Amino acid sequence: MNAAIITDIFKTVFSYGFVFRAMLVGVLISVCAALLGVSLVLRRCSMIGDGLSHVGFGALAVAAALGAAQLWVALPVVVVVAFLIIRLGDDSKLSSDSAIALLSSGVLALGVMIVSLTGSNTNLSDFLFGSVFALGEADAILSLVLSVIVLALFVLFYNKIFAVTFDAAFARATGTREGFYNTFIALLTAVTVVVGMRLVGALLVTSLIIFPPLTAMRVCKKFRSVVICSGVLSALSFVIGMMISLGVRSAPVGASVVLVNVVFFLLFLCAGKVRSMIRTRTDGGRDGTDPQPGDRGQ
Amino acid sequence: MALIECVNLTLAYEKNIVLENLTFQVNSGDYLCIIGENGSGKTTLMKAILGLKAPLKGDIVLGDGLRRNEIGYLPQQTGVQKDFPASVTEVVLSGCLNRSGLVPFYTKAQKQRALDNMAKLNVTSLKNACYRELSGGQQQRVLIARALCATGKLLLLDEPVTGLDPDASAELYELIDHLNRAHGITVIMITHDTAAALPRCTHVLHLHKDMNFFGKREDYGKCSVCAVALDEEGHLATPGGKERVHHECCDNHRHF
Repeated sequence: MNAAIITDIFKTVFSYGFVFRAMLVGVLISVCAALLGVSLVLRRCSMIGDGLSHVGFGALAVAAALGAAQLWVALPVVVVVAFLIIRLGDDSKLSSDSAIALLSSGVLALGVMIVSLTGSNTNLSDFLFGSVFALGEADAILSLVLSVIVLALFVLFYNKIFAVTFDAAFARATGTREGFYNTFIALLTAVTVVVGMRLVGALLVTSLIIFPPLTAMRVCKKFRSVVICSGVLSALSFVIGMMISLGVRSAPVGASVVLVNVVFFLLFLCAGKVRSMIRTRTDGGRDGTDPQPGDRGQ
Repeated sequence: MALIECVNLTLAYEKNIVLENLTFQVNSGDYLCIIGENGSGKTTLMKAILGLKAPLKGDIVLGDGLRRNEIGYLPQQTGVQKDFPASVTEVVLSGCLNRSGLVPFYTKAQKQRALDNMAKLNVTSLKNACYRELSGGQQQRVLIARALCATGKLLLLDEPVTGLDPDASAELYELIDHLNRAHGITVIMITHDTAAALPRCTHVLHLHKDMNFFGKREDYGKCSVCAVALDEEGHLATPGGKERVHHECCDNHRHF
């Protein structure tokens, strides 16, 4: 990619409203996903995003079949399902893990069926792989508002989110309503997934939640730095991914963004390994094992 | 008035009774060890004290102005925590949350409180260290510092020395003793490590499905019934049954 092409891309971004809109919404929603992802990944429930995105896909398919506004249908459905998943995991014999697996494949099948039976004018791949540039003005504004709300709530409840993520038992014992915050995080995730799904697709939106936190955790050692690093990485990945898809003919946005995330992950993985090797050497091999958070339960 | 008073407490999971008719009290400054086999209801009792489990019958009365969310709790560690990216300061500060209400950020006073408690537990030098890179003993001290941020009165420790090597356990016991004696913090500790823990405590609550014991530590294992109940290693042997117990025991402790 030479300089001329890059300048071209920048011109495109700023001269076409819909491209700029997509970029803005994308960056914001990526940051939301990454922040929530830190808590989800650490509590070993990152698959909740996956389950919700499949449900969102089903809801979008139904909305398209009915000719209804997609976001307005998908949003409440996914929020309700998020609530149910949390409740199910709390007290039923079905573990939330398997509940999510059941739900996501079931609803995915339903969605594919509906789209195939009804949809000559709806495009299955738009739902599955996203369509950044099809984001209309009304949807863009709604998405912006939602992502700003998610971000603001996350910042306001940051300390409480840390407490329930780190130690649910202690948080409950000292009067933090753990159940409430679990539901709260699930609801924010639901909103993020629905909006993100329009951009990068139902199949790839989970990666916005999982990749940035895991990448950040390779090198960061404080919760706050994990959160900040993961947000920044996520935004950066979206911008670079979108640039690639603008510059390279027929490269889809969703896949580009995810691949950039993968590259970041690999880079940070190496950086983390190198760092722990150096530390082992300087510590005289006192403790060479550097536990990798989030590895289990993935 | 007692700090905690349990009166005829019965705890159950869906009608399976775990503990029945338990009566005991903990006064300010006491150091109570709760011992008993797995499944004898120790953790259930602790949950009830913390208000996480409603009793089937009976009451748990908190006195001396102790509020339910002011109990400093040291839970058993979970897999999530062992590799959690967090600094020691972040962990200790999170103990202050029960005083925050809806205020979203920590105040200066809360940060100072966290620093003071880190000093009490000798972890000030680790305040910027990463929690998951600490040794087991250091992690427990950090978690006790966090618990102290939530309370000035009562610590509830759930098997605090599990997984620690002998040196680290001894050090942790010393610190708990110190908190109890020098800072007047009441301690309730669930433990399996009777050999090390019993000489340090002031009171013993022994839970057993046939016979419970509550009384001063000096009386534990001394009276004929207790002696019958304990084998040479200090573990509870099969006791003789409730009726006999009630007749033979002395006044300053209770079997029930």
